Amino acid sequence: MRNLGWTILLAFGAMLSLLAAGFAQDVLFQTHAWVIFFALALATIYMLRKVDFAGTAAPVDKSGYFDDPIRAGVILTTFWGVVGFLVGVVVALQLAFPQLNIEPYLNFGRLRPLHTSAVIFAFGGTALITSSFYVVQRTTSARLISDGLAQFVFWGYQLFILMAATGYVLGITQGREYAEPEWYVDIWITIVWVGYLILFLGTLFKRKEPHIYVANWFYLAFIFTIAMLHVVNNLAMPVSPFSIKSYSAFAGVQDALTQWWYGHNAVGFFLTAGFLGMMYYFMPKQAERPVYSYRLSIIHFWSLIFMYIWAGPHHLHYTALPDWAQTLGMVFSVMLWMPSWGGMINGLMTLSGAWDKLRTDPIIRMMVIAVAFYGMSTFEGPMMSIKAVNGLSHYTDWTIGHVHSGALGWVGMISFGMVYFLVPRLWGRERLYSLRMVNWHFWLATLGIVVYAAVMWVSGITQGLMWREYDAEGFLVYSFAETVAALKPYYILRAVGGAMYLVGGFVMAYNVYMTIKGKTRNEKPIAVAHVASAQPAE
Amino acid sequence: MDYNAFRHFADSWGLLYLLAIFVFVVLFMFRPGAKKHAQMAAQIPLKDDRSPQGEE
Repeated sequence: MRNLGWTILLAFGAMLSLLAAGFAQDVLFQTHAWVIFFALALATIYMLRKVDFAGTAAPVDKSGYFDDPIRAGVILTTFWGVVGFLVGVVVALQLAFPQLNIEPYLNFGRLRPLHTSAVIFAFGGTALITSSFYVVQRTTSARLISDGLAQFVFWGYQLFILMAATGYVLGITQGREYAEPEWYVDIWITIVWVGYLILFLGTLFKRKEPHIYVANWFYLAFIFTIAMLHVVNNLAMPVSPFSIKSYSAFAGVQDALTQWWYGHNAVGFFLTAGFLGMMYYFMPKQAERPVYSYRLSIIHFWSLIFMYIWAGPHHLHYTALPDWAQTLGMVFSVMLWMPSWGGMINGLMTLSGAWDKLRTDPIIRMMVIAVAFYGMSTFEGPMMSIKAVNGLSHYTDWTIGHVHSGALGWVGMISFGMVYFLVPRLWGRERLYSLRMVNWHFWLATLGIVVYAAVMWVSGITQGLMWREYDAEGFLVYSFAETVAALKPYYILRAVGGAMYLVGGFVMAYNVYMTIKGKTRNEKPIAVAHVASAQPAE
Repeated sequence: MDYNAFRHFADSWGLLYLLAIFVFVVLFMFRPGAKKHAQMAAQIPLKDDRSPQGEE
């Protein structure tokens, strides 16, 4: 009886969370257990209706690719994107207008991790899982090894997102940046992630194509390294099996270094390697030409892998971390210029000989601006890791601007390109509902990022300079509150930039929705390449 | 192995080991015949509308 096993497992999970709610030692754990119980109970009821008790359903046709979770993933990527951007605009407004902090559930301290996790893990993570399922099947000519495991990985990850998000709003956090969920959520995502690794490796093992295409190398590095980083960074001892509280296995500076070894490699392997996998597949596909240099892509891969892992200490300049470790982090960050720019050039040059597509195809334009932002933020990052620069930039809004040029520009844009590429193909539509709306999305997002990043540069440098301003007697010139007041106009402008990006997200959601419904918008085609009409030879 | 011994092992033999792998990988990419192989590999995404293997 199909689906019965998974339904029983879901019911068992629901029962466990009910027990956890019953035995809970604190109110937060109890509330969270109830949330998980209701989610799993609803999923059980949904699955129960899908169980084929009579055993009459036709057997699943396994001759094609397994695209069900990919279709769900494209929709959820779009959904989480819009949610994440929306929370981002809200927290930006909270900084400009503190009255918007609604205590206790919706204050800045709780919404900020909700925003970062929503965009990184919900939007970015769903985009990565979705696209990796698609790419690994197409480049190996093999179906995913197990439909059930694929569904488990995909929906198990969505359950992780739900647990993390509700936890933040309730006020449950272990206080580690980008790793805020507490120990029980960490254990759950570890189980899901091991399933992901088995699914991906298994599909590679039974590939029909003898060579493993480079995009899969990047995806595999992402899956494998994130597993390692997550487990080490979250080594902790819970105070009880029925309580939210846990204590880290590390103390003091070791704890800080473990956290930033994790934190920076989350950037390196989640937000970079994974999305590079996306770039190396979807850019050649959309441009209809192979990657500029395949050998450069291999060197890009190995140098990125060898170097990124050392860059974390640059988050701890001028702290209790030993000087040699700080210098190590700085040197490796600066060396990262090379592979990053090698990769950027490789991506951009894929278009060489087909640059006219930039004018006629807004999807390729989106991918190109993504790679351009990849280049820009990987230039800015190493520069900011230099100790002298870091002395000015650290703890200021400059860092926030840098992160957003990478996240909105690189991660966001390449994911939008992926979504626009996949939607017509997955639902068998001739084309997107509207290419002109893609163009609108492109400009709203690009201008939004430019406003955001430029404003944060000005704000960050203002802040950094005000903090270090001494008078002739050696006293600080400005109080902290004065530096905050000086930044208010920039905070308002930042919200404007973010809002433009959010509107772009809505435009995409509408376009995706209409494409799935099978509509096409009656619109003037985008400037067809200007071909000088050839004169027949006389 | 105490912290110091571990650390010195890491910044000597460990470093050499990783560097050697990296240099090998780069040299391997430039071996004779690699270019042809790479050009074939680069075509993989562009020919992906074949039917998958799939189990019966």
